[in-house]
Parts: sequence; structure tokens; C-alpha cells
Amino acid sequence: MRANCWMGRNSVAVQDVPDPSILNRRDAIVKITSTAICGSDLHLVDGYVPTMQKGDVMGHEFMGEVVEVGDGVDSGKLQVGDRVVVPFPIACGACAACQAELYSCCENTNPNAGLAEKMFGHPTAGIFGYSHLTGGFAGGQSEYARVPFADVGPLKIESDLADDQVLFLSDILPTGYMGAEMCDIDPGDVVAVWGAGPVGQFAMDSARLLGADTIIAIDKEPYRLEMAAQAGYTPLNFEDVDVRSALLELTGGRGPDKCIDAVGMEATHGSLPVYAYDRAKQATRAESERPYALRQAIMSCRSGGTVSVIGVYGGFADKFPSGSWMNRSITLKTGQCHVQRYMKPLLQHIEQGDLDPTRIITHTLPLEQAPHGYDIFKHKQDNCEKVVLKPAANGGGA
Amino acid sequence: MASRSSPPKAGQAAQSTSTPASWSPGFQPPARRTPDPLTRGLGWASAGLGVPMLVAPRWFNRFIGVGEAPRHQATTAFAGVRELAAAAGLLGSENPVWLWSRVAGDLVDLGLLGWSLANHDKQGWQRTAAATAAVVGITGLDLYAAVTRSQRKSEMDLTAAVTVSTSPREAYGQWRQLESLPQFMAHLDEVRSTGNGTTHWRASAPFGRSVEWDAEIVEDVAGERIAWRSVGDPDIPNEGEVRFRPAPGGRGTEIHVTMRYWVPGGKLGETVARYFGEDPHQQLDDDLRRFKQIVETGEVVRSDGAPWGKRARREFPQHPARPLSPNELEEVRS
Ligand SMILES: NC(=O)c1ccc[n+]([C@@H]2O[C@H](COP(=O)([O-])OP(=O)(O)OC[C@H]3O[C@@H](n4cnc5c(N)ncnc54)[C@H](O)[C@@H]3O)[C@@H](O)[C@H]2O)c1
Ligand SMILES: [Zn+2]
Ligand SMILES: [Zn+2]
Repeated sequence: MRANCWMGRNSVAVQDVPDPSILNRRDAIVKITSTAICGSDLHLVDGYVPTMQKGDVMGHEFMGEVVEVGDGVDSGKLQVGDRVVVPFPIACGACAACQAELYSCCENTNPNAGLAEKMFGHPTAGIFGYSHLTGGFAGGQSEYARVPFADVGPLKIESDLADDQVLFLSDILPTGYMGAEMCDIDPGDVVAVWGAGPVGQFAMDSARLLGADTIIAIDKEPYRLEMAAQAGYTPLNFEDVDVRSALLELTGGRGPDKCIDAVGMEATHGSLPVYAYDRAKQATRAESERPYALRQAIMSCRSGGTVSVIGVYGGFADKFPSGSWMNRSITLKTGQCHVQRYMKPLLQHIEQGDLDPTRIITHTLPLEQAPHGYDIFKHKQDNCEKVVLKPAANGGGA
Repeated sequence: MASRSSPPKAGQAAQSTSTPASWSPGFQPPARRTPDPLTRGLGWASAGLGVPMLVAPRWFNRFIGVGEAPRHQATTAFAGVRELAAAAGLLGSENPVWLWSRVAGDLVDLGLLGWSLANHDKQGWQRTAAATAAVVGITGLDLYAAVTRSQRKSEMDLTAAVTVSTSPREAYGQWRQLESLPQFMAHLDEVRSTGNGTTHWRASAPFGRSVEWDAEIVEDVAGERIAWRSVGDPDIPNEGEVRFRPAPGGRGTEIHVTMRYWVPGGKLGETVARYFGEDPHQQLDDDLRRFKQIVETGEVVRSDGAPWGKRARREFPQHPARPLSPNELEEVRS
């Protein structure tokens, strides 16, 4: 089959790879109909997540049709022919973490747990196409994918909703929602969201759904800010204004009640010397993050407020504003999204028309053009917000 | 909440709060605590040389017929410090590492003496030649001591713990089928019941070797504790104990494992094995993770990067995270 593979820093290529097969009894093989490129994939391509190997199949946002199931799959839950959206964390459903609905911390699905433990202190769940630190599972930017614990995670789509409407249940819609949910939004709250990428946009939509009064979008890409403004949010360009002062201005001097970091480890900074400082430290591996959004969110948040972090961090951050965080009673909440927890309720919101995930799709390309998709998404060209890839548009079969 | 790493180094079981106070070695391990005359003798010899070298390097150099310039004296004084360090090490712990350090020191000395002989001003040449001959002899003795003492067995304790979501009885039941230990314990190839609470074990050892031994169960309390130990005179005497206890607040069962081996090559062997990627502590942690996978999900989880289940010894680099070819698949399934 054809698959988009990591070939080294700044390089992906669509290649011929073997078709996947059942390795564990509760696996299923899914024929992929739609798959997407995520901001998380950029961290891999830019080389900031260790333990990638040449030839790794990328992609963790995908859906399709079940074409094969292992003999351990509960047939009451999943059968050949089912149309499913696959959540990006692989979860066993049986361990203590899964039972507490902390699916992205599943204790059983990462065969490289020892490696992850060295990096993080405790291991985390397996994730599709997301380095060997998270298990070394082939991803879904391909024609077929092997899905372990297929009777636990995948969500069956029984209505006739189009792929584009449900695809993002695999990751970014639940992620944005979890970002807003962790804020415990009260009526009247002002919520500031750093990053108007796909995840940030969905965090904004979710904050509105959860009752926020005012939502502020912070980014530097005019077209992304414009997309947020179109949806009714207040845009703020961090290259044009001082973010903290602008936020004080917008909130009568209080600061936003809740802040969401939907940027992560590869943030940029309006001031060149500051950017150069962390860029250099990151390049020399003296720190693994450029945590501007996180620093700014903590400094800007009102005392007693909440900072919710859904942007991905990988290692160790420098100049973490612990004084501000501690002295002003700020709550910090975070996590890789526990996607399985949110899929069903969010599907309902989509069905009811409360959320329209298709609003962020700017490009739909054949899988074969994945490298081009990465290029425009990474370099913010052609007003690219979100790329959806269609393996079937390739023309050939497996 | 997966398994926690055991004490970082071998022989530190005391550090682990989880080690039962009632641990009772089932047999006498090779005695290691009586002082070793050769090691101690070499220790005193180091001390006897080191003191004059450090205190009176000029006199010492004249005695062996080499240069008395300040830089020559400094070299000798430095070697004296080295000798004293070796003396302290040998007399203090009798650790064979110090014997190896002596061997290394001897080689340095031989190099220096050889250089002196080649560039000699002929005054006191015989004395330098005699000193060189003496060092050659001492090197032989040190080497002999280092090799033989390193082959003594030293005790290696491993502890690890994991919490599983089942009841102590179920977890115990799973472990009590010793025959299925090889399903998740990486180094075990086979455990075969030989009747009457005895079993025959076959394991792969570092460097592609294989070892076998017989074992007996010495304690068996359903739902609480299983302990076994090797019998006879195996290459690697060993014993193990697993305790099952309810985790607080209905959080399942804590499984505490202690394994004790008397390994040839001692610390050196362990260090070398670690270098080749077979850190025994890491292995026991991974074994317990796989046990948890079996208990909670029914089998050992595989990925494209680590498709070999328990045979996935090498952490990185692995197979790329892409589907296996038919040949690779064949190999994994065999
Ligand atoms: N927690 C999870 O489970 C989860 C899931 C999916 C994605 N993520 C992470 O969310 C983050 C965003 O993902 P995305 O797909 O939207 O990526 P993206 O790269 O498209 O979006 C990031 C946006 O942040 C903007 N930005 C950069 N520096 C900034 C700064 N200092 N202040 C404000 N904005 C800044 C960029 O211009 C860009 O528009 C990534 O780190 C991704 O890895 C996390
Ligand atoms: Zn994603
Ligand atoms: Zn789990």
C-alpha cells in the first residue's frame, strides 16, 4: 500500500510499504477513507520529538471502513464493514488509567514503556504514527492501518454524516473541547486562546459551547485570525501588539479568566532577541521547548484563573514563570487528549448542528500529495488551516 | 502506574522498602565475606610502595635508578597517590575493580620504565632494569588476582513492583502457573513442571549463552506469596519471591517481585552485560509490564516498531513504525 513516511528532519515521502496485518487478537484493519495532517505532525517533521525512525508511517487522525478483525475482537462492538473514526491514543479499556477515562495515559498499550518512562518518569499510552516513544505504531496517513484494541476505541458512525464532519473526532475536536472543559468555564468568563490553528479554533468553538462570554484569539497569521473573527472571536495579533497589555485592555484590567495554550513547543515570539534566545537553546538541546505561549498565558491570566495547556510539550522548558503561577493561585491543567471520553458526546453536538468541524478545512488533497500538504500547512502558505488527505483519490488499490 | 524501577544498582536491596524483612536465603551462597589473602596482600603491597613514592619521591627515584628532576619526582608522587588509592580500595572493599586498577597502573609504570631504559644515562641502569623486571612480575600477579577474583560470584538483587486491576487471587493464580512465566519474562525460554513442586528452568544468559537449572517451590500461600529457589549446583544459583497484596482503596493488586542471583563475573559481568543492552533491572520492569498486559488485556501488546513481544530486547533503534513485510511477519509468528 501507499503511506506517507517520515524520512528525516523536514522530509516526508509517500512510499510503498507492506499492507498491515493482525498482530494482536483484538486488532482490526481499517481501510482509510480520510486522514488529516496535524500540528503535532509538524513537531515530528521539525525534529523536536526524539525516537523517530526513517520510514515510520505518519498520521494519527484517520477514519475508514473495517476490513478485517482479529479473533479476539468483541463482535457485538465491531464488525467487518463498520465505518469508524479512530481515536489517536491507543487504549486498552481495562487498566486503571482507562477506567478513570485517562485514555492517553493507558498503562498497557505502549510496548516501549521503558523508553517513555526514562523520558517522562512514567510511561504514556501508545499513539498512532507518533514516534517510538509512544510505542512505534504505524500511523494512518496511508491506505490501511492496523488498529489495536479495536473494540475499545473506534467510534462507529451509523448516520450518513460525511467524512469531513466526523473525521476530527479522531483528535483535534476532542482536544479543543478538552482544552475548554479543563477551564471550568463560568458564566461571564473571558477566555483567551493562544494559537488560531485547527486545535485553537476548536478550543474557541468549545469555549463558546461551554458558556464563555468573550473569546480572544491570539496568533500572528492574519488569515487564521480572520477565520477566528469570522466565527465571532476577538482577534489579537501578537506581532502587532504587546499581548499582556492588549489583554488587560480587553478585560478592563482583570486579565482573561481562563487561558488556553493551543500552540505548544514550537511557538514563535514577536521580539526577535527573545525568539533567538530560545531558538538557540532548543537547537543546542539546552531546552526542548520554546514556551512563549505558555509563559505569556500564565503571566496574563487573572489571579485565581486557570491555564489549560493542550499544545504539545516534549521535554523541559526554560524560564517557566513559577513565581507568577504560584503567587497568584493559578491552576495549570493539561494532557494529551483523552479522545475516547469525548467522541460520543461531540458526535451528538455535530449531529445537532452545535459544532461544524468542516469550517476549518481549507485543503483536500490526494494522499499522494501529502508532502505538499505538509509544506503549505507548515509554512502557512495558500491560507492553509487544515489539510485532509484522501487515500482513495490515489487511483490505485493496495 | 506501571512498574517502578527497582533500586538503581545491584546489591542495594536494602534500599527498597518493599523487600520483606523476613527474606530468608534458601541456601548458603558462596562465602564471600572471609578476607582474601591475595587481595589483601596486594593491598598492603600497594600501601608499602605508595607511602615512600608520595613522601620521598626523590629518594625512591634514586633507588630505582631513574631521573631526579622535579618532573620525574612529580610523576612518581602521582603514581604514589594511585597506589594509595588502590590500597584503600583493596583493603576496604576487596572489590576486584581495584585489582583491575592495579593492572592498569602496572601497565603505565611499565611504559614509563621502558621509556627510562631506552633513554637511560647508564647511571644505575641495572637498578632500573631490576625494577622493571619486578613490575613485570607484579603485573602477572595482579592480572591473575584480578581475573580469578572477578570470577567469584557476586549477589545481584532485583526488585520491581507493578499494580494490576485484578484481585490478589487472580493475579496469584496467573503467576502460580510457573510454566507460563516465559510468556512475559524475557530471559526465560522454558519452565517445565517435574512434579512435586519442582520445575526445570531454561534461560538465555548474556552473550548468547544458555543456562538450565532445577527449582523448587519453598513457599506457596494462595493469593499472597510464592517463593522458589534453585536446587543442586547450578551455574547461576537464584531464587525469587512474589508477593501479592491488595492495593489501597480497591485499586487492584500490588505485585512485588524480588529476584536474587549469584552471578559469575560479579559487578564486572553486570556492567559488561549492561553495555550490551541487557540491563537486568530494566528487564524485570519490562517483564512485569508484560505480566500486567496479560492479566488485564489477555496478551502481550505488539507494535510495528516492537513486534516481537517479549523478545523485543533492544529498545532503539527498532523496526520502523511501518507494517512488517511477509518475511518479517513469518519470523515474528514463529
Ligand atoms: N493535547 C493533545 O492531545 C493535542 C492534540 C492535537 C494537537 N495538539 C497540539 O496542539 C498544538 C496546535 O496544533 P495545531 O494543529 O492547531 O497546530 P498549528 O501549528 O496549525 O497551530 C499553531 C498556531 O500557533 C500559532 N503561534 C505560534 N506561536 C504563537 C504564540 N507565541 N502565540 C500565539 N500563537 C502562536 C501559529 O502561528 C499557529 O497558527 C500543537 O502543539 C499540537 O501538537 C495537542
Ligand atoms: Zn493531531
Ligand atoms: Zn488502558
